[in-house]
Amino acid sequence: MPHAASTESRIPTAGTALDPKQPDGGVVGLPRPAARRPQGRKTGEKPNILAGTLGWVWLAVIILPIYYIVITSFRTSQDLRANNQLIPSSQPTIAPFIRVIENDFFHFFFNSVVVTASTVAVVLALSLMAAYYIVRSTSFGGTRLFQLILLGIAIPVQATIIPVYYLIRQLGLYDTLWALILPQIAFAIPLSVLIIVNFVRDIPNELFESMRVDGAGEWKILWSLVLPMAKPALMTVGIYQALQVWNGFLFPLVLTQSRDVRVLPLSLWEYQGQFGIDVPATLAAVVLSAVPLFIAYVVGRRYIVAGLTAGFSK
Amino acid sequence: MTTIASHIVNAQGKVNGKRRQGPTFLMALPAVLFFGLFALVPLGGVLAISFMEWNILGSPSWVGTDNWDTVINDRPFTWRALTLTLIFVVGSYLFQAPIALLLGVFMAGQQKYRAFLSVLYFLPLLFSSVAVGLTFQSLLSPYYGISAALPFDWLPSDWLSNSDIVMYVMIFVVGWCFIPFHALLYQAGVRQIPADMYEAATIDGAGRVRQFFSITLPQLRYTIITSSTLMLVGSLTYFDLIFVLTGGQPQNAVRILPLDMYITGFSANNLGHASVIAVILVAIGLTMSLLLNKFSGSTKMESDKAGA
Repeated sequence: MPHAASTESRIPTAGTALDPKQPDGGVVGLPRPAARRPQGRKTGEKPNILAGTLGWVWLAVIILPIYYIVITSFRTSQDLRANNQLIPSSQPTIAPFIRVIENDFFHFFFNSVVVTASTVAVVLALSLMAAYYIVRSTSFGGTRLFQLILLGIAIPVQATIIPVYYLIRQLGLYDTLWALILPQIAFAIPLSVLIIVNFVRDIPNELFESMRVDGAGEWKILWSLVLPMAKPALMTVGIYQALQVWNGFLFPLVLTQSRDVRVLPLSLWEYQGQFGIDVPATLAAVVLSAVPLFIAYVVGRRYIVAGLTAGFSK
Repeated sequence: MTTIASHIVNAQGKVNGKRRQGPTFLMALPAVLFFGLFALVPLGGVLAISFMEWNILGSPSWVGTDNWDTVINDRPFTWRALTLTLIFVVGSYLFQAPIALLLGVFMAGQQKYRAFLSVLYFLPLLFSSVAVGLTFQSLLSPYYGISAALPFDWLPSDWLSNSDIVMYVMIFVVGWCFIPFHALLYQAGVRQIPADMYEAATIDGAGRVRQFFSITLPQLRYTIITSSTLMLVGSLTYFDLIFVLTGGQPQNAVRILPLDMYITGFSANNLGHASVIAVILVAIGLTMSLLLNKFSGSTKMESDKAGA
């Protein structure tokens, strides 16, 4: 997935990126209502032919590969070689999908779910706590920590993979799901904290004070004030990090080996070697791997789009 | 007496919010531990390992500056990898930035068909890099890809095995993946531009092209900087797709630094040399984002006025 995750070396504007004054605490980063949109074509204005052409051409560029993998995954290998590859088969078959599923697809799928769900859950909890500390701490610790975290956004994951590998071996976690979960939590924390801090900052001081007066401790405040108020930010961060972890390739490639702990992206890569010239099955695996995100996109498009650009767009 | 008095003062202080009591560091501790152990320690670790000899099986041992000496002075490929990285980064930027910007502006429009197209433009983001890699591997195959399907003789069929064109193919495929993301950033940026700026320009008789260069571009400066930083540092450290599609072949024609690091470390089992490459990568990446940050910082004040 987007460099976004791996390379967060950024970004001056990220800190101010979220609009704190989102009305009704809507999802962070959602497009503004139409009132502010420029350039809507009014009646009588002549159509922008150049832009329209570019738009349709780009659509073709985007769709052609996707069209190709979908039609190919419903073919037999012989069919693929004998007929025009860009025209759907006259005798479609679901056999490639069956071969993929029989090759433990759901096992790998399950591994991906476990890794993604646990990583995201821990990241959200730890980042929310850290953000609460950073915003409300009365000592200089909060500011210092925030600076450190901001620095962390600039660390490229790829460049630290060798020591991470060493560390995971030393901890005896090599080739386990833990090897994928623990480092990915760590690398997800900086950006998540940044986004959540920007949200927690806008909780009015009076709310904290009134809870204190009522005798609430810090955990109670975290649970009944900070958590509900930060929900939109948590949702955005959760979607963003889930996409990153779900599609991540480098950590599984370096830190796991055996079939038992294989996650989906790595399994795709292995299918390719395993199925060899069985191109339809390889592409059926590609299609199957994208189905969950496709469904998520159809159901909650606005949230996915907002989550993906989390913290980067105004 | 004094103690009681100070108690009262404290209590009042709290209520007035002057001496409010914040959460303890315990709140942040778990995040700090994770981040420290798996992100900060490795960052120092990679520098340490660059001074060690370590073939994946044994344990690392200190060798001083030997690795650095070898990688920089006795390994011609290091410079080749640097050159390839430069070509890849610049090429990716020149390909992605203009298209993403234009698409973003396009997607920000009100028209129904544009909203519809925007929904479809997003699709590449749903695929993992491995999925995209396998897709293009098939699509660009000489036996069953587009070259076999289309009746054009001039179309090359050795997209991935011809060392003269594979770099451009990589730039295209990586762009295919990431342009939608950057287009989204630009779309959001354009929608922040106050509509009355365009209305005023229209009244003054400025055409579309003029409006684009005089309003849209200047107003998007923050988005441009954010997106550019992500693009440049992103392609500098990009690994996944190039690894899946080429593994460095043909003739190491796209073996850019991150891939070079991986192959040196995990295929050739020389983690010391690989760490030197990693440190070089970190250094270039940090320098680049610092420069971009600085550049953006210096324009900040002007823009506050202009944007008002």
